[in-house]
Amino acid sequence: MELIRGKVWKYGDDVNTDVIFPGKYTYTVTDPEEMAAHALEDLDPDFAKNMKPGDIVVAGKNFGCGSSREQAAFALKYAGVGAVVAKSFARLYFRNAINAGLPVIQAPEAVDAIEPGEVIEIDLEKGELRCKAGTFRFPPLPDAVLGIFQAGGLIPYTRKRLGIEG
Amino acid sequence: MGKTFAEKVLGKKAGKDVVAGEIVEIVPDFAMSHDNTAAIAKTFEKIGVAQLYDPNLHVIILDHAAPAPNAKFAENHKEIREFVRKHGIPNFFDINRGICHQVMVEEGFALPGLVVVGSDSHSTTYGAVGAFGTGIGRSEMAVIMATGRIWLRVPETMKIVVQGTPPEGVSAKDIMLKIIGDLGADAATYMAVEFTGETIERMTLASRMVLSNMAVEMGAKIGYIPPDDTTLEYVRPRARKEFEVIHSDPDATYAETHTFDVSDLEPQVACPHTVDNVKPISEVKGTKIHQVFFGSCTNARLEDFEVVAKALKGRRVHPDVRMLVFPASQQVYLEALKKGYLQTILEAGAIVMNANCGPCMGNHAGIPASGEVSLSTSNRNFRGRQGNVEAEVYLCSPLTAAASAIAGEIADFRDVL
Ligand code: SF4
Repeated sequence: MELIRGKVWKYGDDVNTDVIFPGKYTYTVTDPEEMAAHALEDLDPDFAKNMKPGDIVVAGKNFGCGSSREQAAFALKYAGVGAVVAKSFARLYFRNAINAGLPVIQAPEAVDAIEPGEVIEIDLEKGELRCKAGTFRFPPLPDAVLGIFQAGGLIPYTRKRLGIEG
Repeated sequence: MGKTFAEKVLGKKAGKDVVAGEIVEIVPDFAMSHDNTAAIAKTFEKIGVAQLYDPNLHVIILDHAAPAPNAKFAENHKEIREFVRKHGIPNFFDINRGICHQVMVEEGFALPGLVVVGSDSHSTTYGAVGAFGTGIGRSEMAVIMATGRIWLRVPETMKIVVQGTPPEGVSAKDIMLKIIGDLGADAATYMAVEFTGETIERMTLASRMVLSNMAVEMGAKIGYIPPDDTTLEYVRPRARKEFEVIHSDPDATYAETHTFDVSDLEPQVACPHTVDNVKPISEVKGTKIHQVFFGSCTNARLEDFEVVAKALKGRRVHPDVRMLVFPASQQVYLEALKKGYLQTILEAGAIVMNANCGPCMGNHAGIPASGEVSLSTSNRNFRGRQGNVEAEVYLCSPLTAAASAIAGEIADFRDVL
């Protein structure tokens, strides 16, 4: 797997699914590009406009709390977010992110050390995060989950496993 | 070393010894989806498998907006009925049956020791009968349709011990609000919660369901209550599948243990806009209310109807309050009818609707207006939860709801009744 490298967008604790992908869009906005345009809209209206593919979202504890809506993971994935690094994730967000093929990394100490705007690097296989302050280790993802990332998400992964092409 | 319930159930399913932190891939015993089945079916079709892995695995229950409030929901229901027919899914319950989680328990799909997943976060409810019940995403449900399989992380376990006899009228809901208020909305993230202690052993199954239902409001993966005679008496006659009672080993390792003594517990209320913003009734009473929502998978079972009917007997709902009543299921509805509870409730001036989610998540049937306060027996009070971001939602027990409906403001039932 390639290294993930990008500029940091740093936020606080309890970033909930409503600010990641507002509820008012959940039934009406389904096009990936349009979903990407609303990513983090109610938290940071500049994010979707100014972020570059590969950029990394860094946040405090309980990232993705609230609803079970998958769109909150897919919106960041479609925007091209390289990874989300947080002190902790809400359970359903963590699952949805993996299934969307969006890398989610729980690294509480790294979050404190990382500065907004710096460029950091993440090695998913080794479980290493490198930033200005140093190198931080996080538990590497289990094989089962890594396979889902490598395939680009749960649906492509399932298709591959079932031997369905394309 | 001893193992927890979660480790034992998932180990049994995976066919190997597992410990917390491991990831297993398993075939669940049952997989529940509701009005979101149409969206799930679309993802299933994208996978490109012609047939379901096993139609018997799925239980589909229409409840979130039933009957359909507009053409969009009607289309949605229609697509689901067509999908059910096309794939020969035997366990389908149309809009005349009740709220999904209640129906899963009543119909004997949720059983001790089974793994029952649902594409709905309150699937933790099944823990009340000793099942491993948990919420999953829509894509994951689509993959279960295609392959039967799902990955699950074996969770660490938090033990919550409840002791003491609460004062009369203080219920499971007050206990659970107290627990969430004290521990916080993210206290049990990724964790299995196991509720034990004499207070819970003495609870009815319906009351235990309140705890398991709301376990997810602390972030929990499951809300397990060790099965006992109360459980078995309930599940035996309705079981759809063989089951095995599984308990944690006495020497199991718990990540955390919290003990609550509820002997002096006051009625509790969760204030806007988070479930853990909990205050004792003495601090919130007097707050003017416009609507009372007595319903939801948390608190609309027969014992709740009994409490509410007794409170409303010979009294009137305050003229400035609309009281909306939604039984958790058609069975509850019928029983409440036979026992005369509905008549009492209607005579008091409340409106009794059919068994479904109602305004719980703001789909239909009683959306509060801007600036209004809704007092609710349900489980969530996030901003906009009942369909209007300008409304405020407070959560309470059925008895507090009834007393407040009479008073026209949030009230301590000990002052009103
Ligand atoms: S009653 Fe409310 S919480 Fe329960 S399933 Fe329906 S919408 Fe969800």
